[in-house]
Amino acid sequence: MAIRRKLFASLTALLGLALSGVVQATADLNMRPGVTETSLEAYDLHMMVVWVMTVIAVVVFGLMFYSIIFHRRSKNPTPATWSHSTTVEFIWTAIPFIILIALTIPAVKLLIKMEDASNPDMSVQITGSQWKWHYKYLDHNIEFFSNLNSPQQTEHFEQPGIAAEPNYLLDVDNELVIPANKKVRFLVTADDVIHSWWVPELAVKKDAIPGFINETWTKVPKPGVYRGQCTELCGKWHGFMPVVVRVVTEAEFDQWVAKKNEERLAAEKAAAEAAAKSWDMDKLMALGKETYDAKCAACHQVDGSGTPPLFPAMIDSPMVKGPAKDHIDIVVNGKAGTAMAAYGAQLTDAELAAVITYERNAWGNNTGDKVQPADIQAFKAGN
Amino acid sequence: MADHHPTGIKRWLFTTNHKDIGSMYLWFSFIMFLVGGAMAMVIRAELYQPGLQFVDPNFFNQMTTMHGLIMVFGAVMPSMVGLANWLIPMQIGAPDMALPRMNNWSFWILPFAFAMLISSLFMEGGAPNFGWTFYAPLSTTYAPPSTDFFILGVHMMGISSIMGAINVIVTVFNMRAPGMTLMKMPLFVWTWVITAFLLIMVMPVLAGAVTMMLTDRHFGTDFFNAAGGGDPVMFQHIFWFFGHPEVYIMILPAFGVASEIIPAFARKKLFGYSSMVYATASIALLSFVVWAHHMFTVGMPVAGELFFMIATMLIAVPTGVKVFNWVATMWQGSMTFETPMLFAIAFVILFTIGGFSGVMLAMAPVDFQYHDTYFVVAHFHYVLFPGAIFGTTAAVYYWLPKWTGKMYNEKLGKAHFWISMLFVNLTFFPMHFSGLAGMPRRIPDYNMMFADFNQLASIGAFGLGLSQLLFLGIVIATIRGGKKAEDKPWDGATGLEWDQLPCPAPYHTFDTPPKVN
Ligand code: HEC
Ligand SMILES: [Cu+2]
Repeated sequence: MAIRRKLFASLTALLGLALSGVVQATADLNMRPGVTETSLEAYDLHMMVVWVMTVIAVVVFGLMFYSIIFHRRSKNPTPATWSHSTTVEFIWTAIPFIILIALTIPAVKLLIKMEDASNPDMSVQITGSQWKWHYKYLDHNIEFFSNLNSPQQTEHFEQPGIAAEPNYLLDVDNELVIPANKKVRFLVTADDVIHSWWVPELAVKKDAIPGFINETWTKVPKPGVYRGQCTELCGKWHGFMPVVVRVVTEAEFDQWVAKKNEERLAAEKAAAEAAAKSWDMDKLMALGKETYDAKCAACHQVDGSGTPPLFPAMIDSPMVKGPAKDHIDIVVNGKAGTAMAAYGAQLTDAELAAVITYERNAWGNNTGDKVQPADIQAFKAGN
Repeated sequence: MADHHPTGIKRWLFTTNHKDIGSMYLWFSFIMFLVGGAMAMVIRAELYQPGLQFVDPNFFNQMTTMHGLIMVFGAVMPSMVGLANWLIPMQIGAPDMALPRMNNWSFWILPFAFAMLISSLFMEGGAPNFGWTFYAPLSTTYAPPSTDFFILGVHMMGISSIMGAINVIVTVFNMRAPGMTLMKMPLFVWTWVITAFLLIMVMPVLAGAVTMMLTDRHFGTDFFNAAGGGDPVMFQHIFWFFGHPEVYIMILPAFGVASEIIPAFARKKLFGYSSMVYATASIALLSFVVWAHHMFTVGMPVAGELFFMIATMLIAVPTGVKVFNWVATMWQGSMTFETPMLFAIAFVILFTIGGFSGVMLAMAPVDFQYHDTYFVVAHFHYVLFPGAIFGTTAAVYYWLPKWTGKMYNEKLGKAHFWISMLFVNLTFFPMHFSGLAGMPRRIPDYNMMFADFNQLASIGAFGLGLSQLLFLGIVIATIRGGKKAEDKPWDGATGLEWDQLPCPAPYHTFDTPPKVN
């Protein structure tokens, strides 16, 4: 008896310990309520279903465990003989029906609200591609790509400690910046495969589908940084294309727009200047390697070996060692129906020239060819 | 005479005996279960902590894809067909399946289909890596060359399933013993006939989907290629028109198993037999009009979303009826808790938990938050592992004496149950939380904030994987040296197979139809 009591005491102590651990952890156990009106309502609806389901679970499992305890052979040697009751069966068909209707009504209301993207204050086109997002501000003449902050992607194989960074895999080079308290409409599409744009705290998740433009929206009351990820399997680096939205005040947003426009003008000027001059081999190779490692290595590998047959090797490729025009063509225009995207608009003419020169001379390809930005311009002009 | 059968390899290659074919299906599905399970171990090892430790992301994608395909088509579906083969003829008083040669063929296609699918792992470019749902265009334009082997493999499994389904339907409608009216059939038979109809309706749709993929890949069509005027969303509609009934194909026979086992160990007749039949039929019918609840984020019109949301929530009604009926069967029974009963009760409880998360997922506006996260992974593993697989496990323990004439070791059986019960929850329950915290599914690496739940799930998964080896050990030990089973090892069991046949059931049974009262 004493042993039993001791056992019982230690068991309850253990259980208490486990429970306190659970309570401590509960903060992370639930959905995040988020910050928008719709996300808060979605959270409320979520909590409502959780509670309804919990109550049903307690009742059903409660009855079941009561029966397991009291209707076992040792307690109830002769079983009852009844095996149906129309009234009872009717009742337990009707009750769930009513509960479900009660759940459906708020869900219908919220759904209609969430899907109403009309009368936006501004619009952003979001384009997913393997494995980055492209944002185009339709009202501001601003557009840019948003990539995973690259050191993490290329180096974390060698750096186990890097996972300890708070924003590991959730950081990008260019954030989507939007103003607070404005209804922002997102037009979501994709260039290659299907992706899905999700920011949990805004309760916005929409699939980015090639050939389709989906609509969704948000209106964020509070400035802040909100992070999410691509949620539709989109190939090798699917887990590595985060979404970061920075919500700022209206004044800050205007400043940002002005700065972005200045940057664009400056970049256009610099690109024109760079394109006008003739580059020497070292410079081309240096910029080429930088561009290649950042933009091309995900598929063609840093050492140019590719992962055939999906992604061809650059080493000794007939295309790379053949006439420069074909090589320029595939990089500028991509190849329809394959993962090879068109880089003509994503890179500057100088970068294009450099990366092509790099491919033609790195890893022992040694063709000795130099492709100049002027060549790219000429190609594009004749395109 | 009754026990005469060929020996050696020919017995298995050429057999037309439903019991032999049933055994082959069950063993095959168990092997596939181990193979798919090994892949799950790779996945959970990689996800044990953040960072990429063991595999590269592309191989990770191959593992999730192959794990899903092998478990669905190689483990769960064949295990149900195995049970059907063993049990349906004995339960309706038939000497065998109606189409025994086709039965042989539908089994023997499977090893070839899966050899082909698995061989893709060793091909240049790797195995299919686009998820078991193989959404286009990731599975067409962007897929590895081995996808063609996958397509052919799916075709073969499809043919096998359709033939199996035809066989069940023909058998049940033509070969019942005199007096075995439809509304006297055991529920396992009922659930299987309904499953068979689902199979016949949807497997051809799956075949259509993969054929369109094939022509998109090689013959210049653009069914799913937007650049050519095709529609990637149409792929999803077609896939889920197959895919949703498919989940009921995997679970309905397990409902049937629970409806046999619970009354046997409660020593009380199944509560609401006819409402069980009607509930199963309504679930099956509704399963055809809810497919797009897998696609709430693709940008359907609101009216479409509303329709699929409401239709999906309706399924909870007949499903609830089934659960209530099981509880009512237990009520005032005289229960004992041998291994099959333990698995059956766990089935009811854990399947119901999967049902709860199902209702949550059905609510479109909140589904936007759950969709394609680990919450969904938790949901469907709850209905599949402690649902379909616990169902089959319960069935194996329950009918093992009938099949082998030997009793399994009850202590070990119970140990297997409790260990599985612990680990199945440790594996899949934390996934609800990582999903709610915002972890997308099918990613090989993740942020620190998801680390604790993933670690728990991985520990659970390793335990769960190992504990299934115990199951294998128990079954082999039973066959080799179990103690002899009595003709009626379960005093509460009813049905022709228990009332009119000895243990083990002879090789040929019911050469003359039994009397059904
Ligand atoms: C998303 C993966 C991906 C990325 C990133 C990528 N490529 Fe490609 N690339 C491909 C694929 C796939 C092909 C093969 C297309 C085909 O089927 O002909 C290809 C083909 C090529 C070829 C022709 C090779 C041959 O032998 O035919 C060149 C040159 C090339 N890419 C250059 C680049 C450059 C330069 C970059 C970076 C600016 C880049 N690629 C980025 C996927 C990629
Ligand atoms: Cu993506």
